[in-house]
Amino acid sequence: MKPSFPTSRRDILRMGAAAMGGTLLSEQEALALDTPGTLGAPLGPYGDRSPFEKAVRWRRESKTPETGSSFTPLQDSVGTLTPSSLHYERHHSGIPTIDPARHRLVIHGMVDRPLSLSMADIRRLPSVTRTMVLECGGNSASEWAATTAPDVQRSFGLASCSEWTGVSLPLLLAEARVRPGASWVIAEGADACRMERSIPLAKALDDAFLAYGQNGEALRPAQGYPLRLRLPGWEGNANVKWLHSLKLTDQPYMARDETSKYSDLMPDGKARIFSYRMEAKSVITFPSGGQTVPGPGVYELTGLAWSGLGRIERVEITTDGGKTWTNAKLQEPRLPIAFTRFRLPWRFDGREAVIASRATDETGYLQPSREALVAVRGTNSVYHFNGMKFWRVRADGAVSNVEV
Amino acid sequence: MVALWGAVPLAAQSPLSGVGRTATPEEIRGLGLAIGPDGSGLPEGSGTVAAGRELFATHCSRCHGPKGEGEVGPALLGGQGTLATAKPFKTVGSFWPYATTLWDYINRAMPFDKPGLLKPPEVYAAVAFILNLNGIIGDGAVMDASSLPKVKMPNRDGFVADTRPDVGPGAPSRPQP
Repeated sequence: MKPSFPTSRRDILRMGAAAMGGTLLSEQEALALDTPGTLGAPLGPYGDRSPFEKAVRWRRESKTPETGSSFTPLQDSVGTLTPSSLHYERHHSGIPTIDPARHRLVIHGMVDRPLSLSMADIRRLPSVTRTMVLECGGNSASEWAATTAPDVQRSFGLASCSEWTGVSLPLLLAEARVRPGASWVIAEGADACRMERSIPLAKALDDAFLAYGQNGEALRPAQGYPLRLRLPGWEGNANVKWLHSLKLTDQPYMARDETSKYSDLMPDGKARIFSYRMEAKSVITFPSGGQTVPGPGVYELTGLAWSGLGRIERVEITTDGGKTWTNAKLQEPRLPIAFTRFRLPWRFDGREAVIASRATDETGYLQPSREALVAVRGTNSVYHFNGMKFWRVRADGAVSNVEV
Repeated sequence: MVALWGAVPLAAQSPLSGVGRTATPEEIRGLGLAIGPDGSGLPEGSGTVAAGRELFATHCSRCHGPKGEGEVGPALLGGQGTLATAKPFKTVGSFWPYATTLWDYINRAMPFDKPGLLKPPEVYAAVAFILNLNGIIGDGAVMDASSLPKVKMPNRDGFVADTRPDVGPGAPSRPQP
């Protein structure tokens, strides 16, 4: 008979008791003694989070779940990075399964040397790494309406922050030798619908890069594995995933996703086009809608701020509905175009409080109120909402969005 | 001289010279057809409104409704004159500035569950039918690489440059990239 090996303190105690001829410990007694010496789970090849952690992305019920968005649970985030597994998603025809050994990037059109690169070629090149936020152009679209979204996930969760690693696009364009007269790059993905966007060549030659890495490992399939265009500070949709084609042209191609979508309709019926930049924004994540402040006492009020145009210089917080503002403490280092965590000790005295944050970036731009945005843009522009988000903390501690 | 001989080619080389290979014409053809607003990239072939009507019933009406009025998929007509109202209704007819975009998008992304299914003449036909639904082209119109870029969409002049920063006291000091 094969001897069995005792695997827990409980087993050992039981065996000891049996060996000594004494009475067996009850299950309850064994449990009480169990914890300190109980062996845990064995080593594993790829990590999972604790079964007690339940934060998940939120998405609408849909008949076509291959297109749509899933929202990052910002209310559960700590620090400034978003786990790749919780990074927001926006797909138009599902997530393709791409074998990197067969994937190629082709740079063509107005170039002297049409270039075809394998992923191995791309990974051989000098790499760049930047910690940066990515935000959907349609993030906070809910906030244009008078009835805003009830929690931070559904109102601000189409923004996530990762460390991205890849190859400088100017380097690759130099190698393909862009012809004089070229002024745009048409980027296309290898997803089923071959999503395309027109990108000004000036941006491609400024700070664009092609990412293959995210948070220390390969991109997740939902984030464009194996290759994604990254345009610092510009709306998520232009950061084309599953990138397989860059075509140099002398004109934008007026793709569906830059005319019919991702353009901002103004009150006069005209729509702003090629509005890629994401302006300064912030939101309080605790206390935020759907949460409960347990009772009177001192809490750390905290949240996230970011700007597509650079560093966050200041975040101010109001707890009296916007009458007075106090500077929050900013987590260092403050990286340009990255989530910046802000904090402020706050005494909840059991009386209703209306709280909000507003960010100022290094260009001097101050995050506006919703009213200021609506005064200029009306309520039908859908994209690029960056107004303040007010939360109401009731006397009993329940937190909700504020009807405007 | 020897040192110079060695230095010149090094300086002339980009850090990645020799990486990758020249893209082949076949490889470029295998990518999506990207269509410019001037019609560049449009392939040969043509399609009529009548052919489009038939094709629409087979491939499109399931999501867009029998008359393009919208169901799971968006409505494809209507909304002209609503863009400056409290309830703008953005459709191909009321909002899209270029007919070439319709060709490009149907070709690459439709039908939703089988993108890439349609051959170029079928895409021309689908485009013809949808433009006709909106009253933009006549019943007898034929769409091809020559006629399609000439179609003037009702909202052709409805787009303007992004003028942000447009709100906030920090706006004037903002650098314009």
